[in-house]
Parts: sequence; C-alpha cells; structure tokens
Amino acid sequence: MTLEELDERGAEERARQEGFKTRVLTCTAAGCTSCGAQKVVEQFRKSVEDRGLTKEVEVVETGCMGLCGEGPLVQILSDETRYSRVDPEAAKRIVDEHLVGGSMVREHRIDPDMPFYARQVRVVLQNCGRIDAEKIEGAIAVGGYTALAKVLTEMKPEEVVEEVRKSGLRGRGGAGYPTGLKWAIVRKAQGEQKFAVCNADEGDPGAFMDRSVLEGDPHRVLEGMAIAGYATGASQGYIYIRAEYPLAIDRLRTAIKQAERLGLLGNRILESSFSFRVDLRIGAGAFVCGEETALMRSILGRRGRPRPRPPYPSEKGLWGMPTLINNVETYANIAPIILRGSAWFASMGTPKSTGTKVFALAGKIRNTGLIEVPMGVPLRQIIDEIGGGTTEGTTFKAAQTGGPSGGCIPAGHLDLPVDYESLQSVGSIMGSGGMIVMDSTSNMVDVAKFFMEFSVDESCGKCVPCRVGTKQIALLLEKLRAKKATIDDLALLEELCVMVKETSLCGLGQSAPNPVLSTLRFFRQEYTDLLKPKLVFEPSDGVA
Amino acid sequence: MATSAKPRVATVWLGGCSGCHMSLLDLDERLIELADRMELVFSPIADVKEYPANVDVALVEGAVSSEEHEHMARLIRTRSRCVVSFGDCATTGNVTALRNRFSVNDLMKRSYVELAPGGPAMPSTVISPLADTARPLHEVIPVDAFLHGCPPTAEEIWFAVDALLQGRIPELPNVYLRYG
Amino acid sequence: MAVITFSINGEPVSGRQDESILEIARQHNIRIPTLCHLDGLSDVGACRLCLVEVEGTAKLFPACSTFPSENMVVRTDTDRLRRYRRTIVELLASEGNHQCAVCVVNNHCELQNLAYQVGLEHVRVQYLFPRKDLDASHRDYIIDRNRCVLCTRCVRVCHEVEGAHVWDIANRGINCEIIADMHQPWGTSDSCTSCGKCVLVCPVGALIEKGATVAEMEKHRAFLPYIMTARTKHEWIARAIEED
Ligand SMILES: Cc1cc2nc3c(=O)[nH]c(=O)nc-3n(C[C@H](O)[C@H](O)[C@H](O)COP(=O)(O)O)c2cc1C
Ligand code: SF4
Ligand code: SF4
Ligand code: SF4
Ligand code: FES
Repeated sequence: MTLEELDERGAEERARQEGFKTRVLTCTAAGCTSCGAQKVVEQFRKSVEDRGLTKEVEVVETGCMGLCGEGPLVQILSDETRYSRVDPEAAKRIVDEHLVGGSMVREHRIDPDMPFYARQVRVVLQNCGRIDAEKIEGAIAVGGYTALAKVLTEMKPEEVVEEVRKSGLRGRGGAGYPTGLKWAIVRKAQGEQKFAVCNADEGDPGAFMDRSVLEGDPHRVLEGMAIAGYATGASQGYIYIRAEYPLAIDRLRTAIKQAERLGLLGNRILESSFSFRVDLRIGAGAFVCGEETALMRSILGRRGRPRPRPPYPSEKGLWGMPTLINNVETYANIAPIILRGSAWFASMGTPKSTGTKVFALAGKIRNTGLIEVPMGVPLRQIIDEIGGGTTEGTTFKAAQTGGPSGGCIPAGHLDLPVDYESLQSVGSIMGSGGMIVMDSTSNMVDVAKFFMEFSVDESCGKCVPCRVGTKQIALLLEKLRAKKATIDDLALLEELCVMVKETSLCGLGQSAPNPVLSTLRFFRQEYTDLLKPKLVFEPSDGVA
Repeated sequence: MATSAKPRVATVWLGGCSGCHMSLLDLDERLIELADRMELVFSPIADVKEYPANVDVALVEGAVSSEEHEHMARLIRTRSRCVVSFGDCATTGNVTALRNRFSVNDLMKRSYVELAPGGPAMPSTVISPLADTARPLHEVIPVDAFLHGCPPTAEEIWFAVDALLQGRIPELPNVYLRYG
Repeated sequence: MAVITFSINGEPVSGRQDESILEIARQHNIRIPTLCHLDGLSDVGACRLCLVEVEGTAKLFPACSTFPSENMVVRTDTDRLRRYRRTIVELLASEGNHQCAVCVVNNHCELQNLAYQVGLEHVRVQYLFPRKDLDASHRDYIIDRNRCVLCTRCVRVCHEVEGAHVWDIANRGINCEIIADMHQPWGTSDSCTSCGKCVLVCPVGALIEKGATVAEMEKHRAFLPYIMTARTKHEWIARAIEED
C-alpha cells in the first residue's frame, strides 16, 4: 500500500459510513460485555433487520465509551445521543422509538451536558468507543496510520525523536521518564538489532486504562510502535500483554493481521525501506512482570524476576540488544504528536507534565469509568465534576492514585493539580492511572493493609527486603487491626516501611510501602486509635 | 514490699529444658558471692509458689509455649522492673519452637498416644493447653535484655547478672552474641 | 581495560572498569558483608546486604553488581547502612526455621556469622515459623527448605559451573522455594550428577550431606571411656571463641 492508497482507503470507508443514515455504536469492551453488551448488539441487529433498516442503520461494536459504571453503553452517531444501562428490551425500544419514531428513550438517555463528558479532553481516547475496533478501515477512516505515513515520507528518524522530545511527553507507565530522551538513547545505542516493546501488563488492581485503549483503538498503539521503531532503529516489536485480557489480545491479533495485509506493518511498510514486525507475548499475570527487566526475562521465556539496573534496557535489553520499552498509553500519544505537532501537545497540561492522562476512576464515586483529562487539572475537578462527587450521603475522604505503589491524597489537598511533581510532593505518584476514591466510610488502615497484602502476594521473592519485609509489614498491620499492637510496633512499622523502600531491588519493593507511609502521613490518628497500651512494671501489682 | 535493700531476683522456667538454669549453676563458687548480693525471691530452685510483687530482676528461661506460660509472662512483666530473656529459647524460640511445624493436635497425639510407653492417655487437666506456636518471650511482653546461647555460658551470665545487680542493663560485648 | 580511581570511605582506591565495587573494596581490605554473592558465580543483587551509598544520589547500590565510575564517592559504613544490614539479617532470621542449637552447620553458618557481624541481639519482627518440606530422597544429600535463605547460589552453581541446571525457584514472594527439576524429589532427578557443588556453596544448613543430622547420628558407646579420661584428667579441647 502506498500513501495515496491509504488516503483512498480512508475516503472510501468514510463514504461507506456516510451511506448510512445513522450508525449505532455499542461498547463491547470488557466492562460492558460483562454486563451483557453482546445481547444488546444482537438485539440491535435483530430489530434493525425486523424493521428493514439494514441499509440505513449500521450496528457497530466499539471499545470503551468511558462511563463504565453505567453500562452497557450505546451511542447513536447521527445526533450523538448516548444511552446507559441498555438491555435488549431498551435496545428494541431505541430502534422502535428513536430510530424509527424519532423520539429519544428518556429513561436511558445520558444528559449530553453532563460534566463527565464536558470536562474531558480526549486525545488518547479520541477514537475509543467511536470506531469499530475490529476493522482496520474504521481506524483508517479517522486518520489511522497517516502519522506513520508522514514520518516515513517526510521525516528523518532523528526528527521524529526530536519532535517527541519537544512534546514533553513522559512515560505513562508510572515513572514518567521523558519519552523523547529514552528514544534518543535507544537510537544512539549500538546493536545488530533493536527492539521496541509495548508494556501492556497493567497489573495494578483497579486499573484498566491500557486494556481499554487496546480494546478500543488497537491500531493507534501499533502505529505508535512502528513510529518508535522507525525513530530508534528497531525492526521488531513485542507487545507484552497479560493473559487476563483475552478480548484485547483478540483485537490486537486481528489488528496486526489486518495491518500486515495492508502493508502497514511487516516488510517495507508503505513501500518504504522501513520494516517493522509486531508480535504478541502473553504474560501469565504476575504484577512484577510489568517491571521492565522482569518483563524482558518473561519475553525470553524465563522466570519473571527483575535484575539490578544499570544496565538499562535501552543499553542492554532483549538478547542483550538495545530495547525500547514504553507503556500502551505512551505509544497511543505518538500519532497525535506527529500529526498535530509537539507545540500543540505541549500546550496541554503543565510545563513539566504535558498532554493528557487517562484515569480509571473507581471506588466511592458516582461516575466510575475511564476518563481523560489534561495534566494539571485540580483533583477537585476530577472528583466533583467528572466523577459527580461521592455517593449519596457521604463525603470525600481521599483519592488513591498509583495503586499498590502509590498513596492517597486527602480532602485537604483537593485543589492539588494532578501532575507528576504535585502528586509526588504529597507522597503519592501518578502511577499508570488508577484512581480510587474513598469516602468517610473507608478505613485507611484497611486500605493500606489491602495494598500491602497485594504486594506480599505479588513480590517475586528475589530480594530479602521485599520478600520478607512486605510480609512483616502486613503482619504488623494485621496486629494493629486486631488491636494488639503497641506504640513500639507502630515505630517498627514505620522503620520497616522506610527500609523496604530504600533497599529493595526493583520498583515493586521500592514503592510497596507507599500506601502505608501515605496513610500514616495523613491519617495517623486512625493508626494510633488502634494501639493498645504496652505492658509495664507496676510496683503495686500482686501486693497483698 | 521488699524489706531488704538487696535486689530481689527471680528466675523463671517457661518452655525450655532447664539447661539455662544448669548453666546458671555453673557459676560455681560465684554463686556464693551472688547469695550475698541478692535475694532470690522466686525460682525453680527455691520453693516459692506464687510470683511475688516488686521483683527487680527476672531471668526468664524458655519460650512461651502454653496458656500458662503466657499468663506467667504477663505476671512477670507487671511485677518486675527488669525482664531478661535468658538463653536462646526465650530469645528466638529455638528448640521449643521446633514443634511449630506441627499442629498442636498432631503433636499431642504423637507424644501422648503414639509414643506413650505406659498406655496412651491425652492429658486433660494437669498440663496447660499448648499455644498454637511457641514464641520468643519478647513477642509476648516487652523485654529489657537478652542473653544468648543454648545455653548461655556461665561467663555471659556472670557478666549480665553482675551488671543487673548494679542496676544497669548489661551491654553485652559481641563475644557473648552466640546463637546455638 | 580502563583503570578507574574513586574513593571508598574516604580512602582513594582504583580498579579495572569491569570489576565490581565489591571486588575492588576487597582488594583494598574493606569488608562489605555479602550473602548471595559468591566468587565465580554470576551476581544477582538479591540479598541487598552489600548495599553502599554513593555521593550525589539517595539511591543505594549493591556493591556486588555495581561498577564504579571515575571519582565516584562510595561509603560502606554509614549508620544507615549498618541499620539496614541488621534489619536484612533480622528479616532472614524471621523467615526460616533457624534453630542453631540443633543445626548441622552450627558455628559454620554464614547467616549465623552475619548475625554476629551486624550485632543481631534479638529479632523484633515476628518469627514466621514456616512449615517447609525436607527432601532426603537423594542418595548422598538432603535439602531442608526450612533453613534456605533463597540466595540462589545452588541454582547458579548447578547451572553455571556444573551445567546440570537441577535447581530452580518455584512460587512467588514469601512462598518461594528451591525445587529440583520439574518440582520433583531430588532423588528422582535425571539431571543431577551428584557432584555436590550445591551442597558446598550453600551458606546455611539447607543443603547438607547425609549423615550429619542429629537424628542420623550413630552412638558409639565405645567412645565413652575416652570421655571419662578427659573428665578425670581435665584434657578438654577448649572451644575457641572467635573474635570479631
Ligand atoms: C512492579 C512494577 C510494575 C509495573 N507495571 C507496569 C505496567 O503494568 N505497565 C507499564 O506500562 N509499566 C509498568 N511498570 C513500569 C515499567 O517498568 C516501565 O517503567 C514502563 O513500562 C516504561 O514505559 P513508559 O516510559 O512509557 O512509562 C511497572 C514497574 C514496576 C516496578
Ligand atoms: S523488590 Fe520485590 S519484586 Fe522487586 S526484585 Fe525484590 S522481591 Fe522481587
Ligand atoms: S549435586 Fe551437583 S548436579 Fe546435583 S543438584 Fe547439586 S550442583 Fe546440581
Ligand atoms: S538451598 Fe542453600 S544455596 Fe540454595 S538458595 Fe537455599 S540457602 Fe541458598
Ligand atoms: S551480595 Fe550483593 S546483593 Fe547479595
């Protein structure tokens, strides 16, 4: 395929879509599928056929539409009406009353002015929930692979690296390392072959950003990887994805096959001299395999245990070769940066945290689901406006970001801008985008205990501080919950947390104590309330 | 209340083999000096039934292995100024804790039924129920000093007791830090 | 190979670029405690005992697997490091069933020596008292997982030196354990050549030769008269207490 053919394909598909009076989109990503979206799609197909509308109405399955707590979600493209909690019954009514009758089904309609939508800025999720994730034409129709075409025809690899550097994009996998800098290092590194890896391991409890992107717009990620390959000199890509994401795996497989067939991946992409293959590697679901050195060992078919860095993967990665590792969302940001320019990207967010960030909003909040906001928005806006505040009759207590590696942000910091540095300044981290909201009913010691037990289970067991230290911290928290801990135990708890943080080998152990340290910092009272007095010498005890 | 000005000392035998007490007796002629410097108010080698009040120094041998031990440990703590873990079993659980690998039930069956020479019988009244696991003393009560070894050497004991009788917490030199 | 000069504890030192901080420190008689490191095997940086401070960063680096750079300022003996080392040994002691008094390697144990070195006077965290398996199915050797500190020296020596790769690690985190071949009794392993290397490198009493445990001891009654002689004539061999 050539650039012209790509454009033609896009135009053809747009014309085909415009041939329909309307298109009915149903989210069949994992969340909505788990509450019956497949039945809804079937019902739409059936009703459309019954009504003889197959020429006028196209029924499309898409990825995540965002408001996951209200699924299954449906969107009617002609007038942008959104429906929530759609069951087959409602689907039939939507066809009968809305598509045929011309009046909306009010009970299921989502308020179009709802701040949940109005406050979001969708860059990564731009196409998510709006295109057919299983047909490459759907992606091409909205400009898919034009960024790849642009770099192959108009840009030198170093220009691509420079553009990404100027955009200020930072890794979305948690640590926030500048992406352009990483690309430059891999580009400079010497090696017979180089690799570009996409980290889709996403193991934090409560996080589903990467899964949603892969289920909703897999081509965006593939395109980002190919551009990275071109920029860094990598000819082989791997997507490391957990086996627990069967739908994302399926959609990726389909996407890779389709892209290869069209010459958008594989040998001589778009008839240029650049070749780039992408293969999937399925992980068995260990959280630690998201850590880059463990991930690489896992790709090589070995046990997923981290090793000390340096050497970094960009110097010595897969088979000892320079290897670029980026997160799903990081790659998903590349195409827009290339198409719309680094200046546009850097204009969003804050000077040090540019662009947008996808969050998985969960917990004691009205609107749970997938959101995307510019970096630096105040937390309050996410909680109160987009999230719609806490559930009836309770008040906001804290938001937990960064999952088992992060910390909580208490109500007193609601005006904190959500960016890398600000979150760090209050002892939390951006993390990969999990955001769990807690209200007045949540007990913070329990929250800390939950995350610590997660880390105990997920520790790979290689280094002593994390293997035994997290276990001992969890035991101390248990002792505390049982009201059997004394002030000495609390001191030991804090000491161990700092020690595990500073001495563990990899990021898992180094960040595992964060939930405890952070809740101790802001909710110390909840810990001290559980203490029991220490047994001491009493001179009069036993005196007759 | 104590009438004499001499420090009131107790030695207690919890879940241990009494080896630590044997080692105490290994002080040999120094025992005579000790008798002058302290008052032994409770000990397996003194016929006192109840742990007295207002003890200055308590040397506790053995792990906390039964309900009775636990009760005793608490009593020792509230009635003693300074509590010393006396030997490895008190300090680490040691040999007493070897049984922690087995359930109490299996253990009792093995000891009182399978290996019983004079007709199997599970004890019900005489022996205090065993705790799930034998634990070092400081996991149950705060402890002020630790003596090491299985058993501690007479030298180590002398060094510690000498300091304790002068009202100091002994700062044991590294040569006395010996497990096993 | 380029020679690097830098300093350890204020003392100027030099070494080759491909020598770890640990190797260079040892050449200069600077002691850094180690456990997972063993000369001749690859380094894994797992035990974290050899962590050192490097000026200019808050991060700690494992001396066994960190290579120096020019003018690096390394410290191995700060209060913080000493505290952390003690806690690491403390955590290890709590993790297994280390009853030194009845252990076959009592007085020849690296963990025990480390406890003395770091001054581990008592263990503040809970003893976990795990219920681990002992495997005595091999003709000559025993693995008692109750005492294993998961240093993986056995795994590496068997793979890297003997070339048999019998040992591996099963499970995760606190449930990790060393397993033979496909998690089978050691005695049934086809790959084991019975070379004994793993037994030799084990720092604790987890891999041992048969015949050494208390339960396996044979009683030699004929020996009693010698003891009587020793007692009456006071011919004891004094137990030397090593100075630290
Ligand atoms: C325990 C642990 C788990 C991690 N899990 C993930 C993950 O699931 N996805 C991810 O992208 N990065 C994860 N990371 C971060 C990666 O190691 C790596 O920094 C990241 O993939 C780099 O990509 P980025 O620069 O695009 O963020 C994890 C790190 C640690 C320490
Ligand atoms: S910190 Fe935890 S997960 Fe990381 S290497 Fe150590 S034991 Fe493994
Ligand atoms: S005896 Fe030799 S071959 Fe067998 S497990 Fe040990 S090191 Fe490997
Ligand atoms: S068996 Fe010995 S050598 Fe092997 S990991 Fe355990 S402690 Fe280390
Ligand atoms: S000796 Fe360096 S980490 Fe174990």
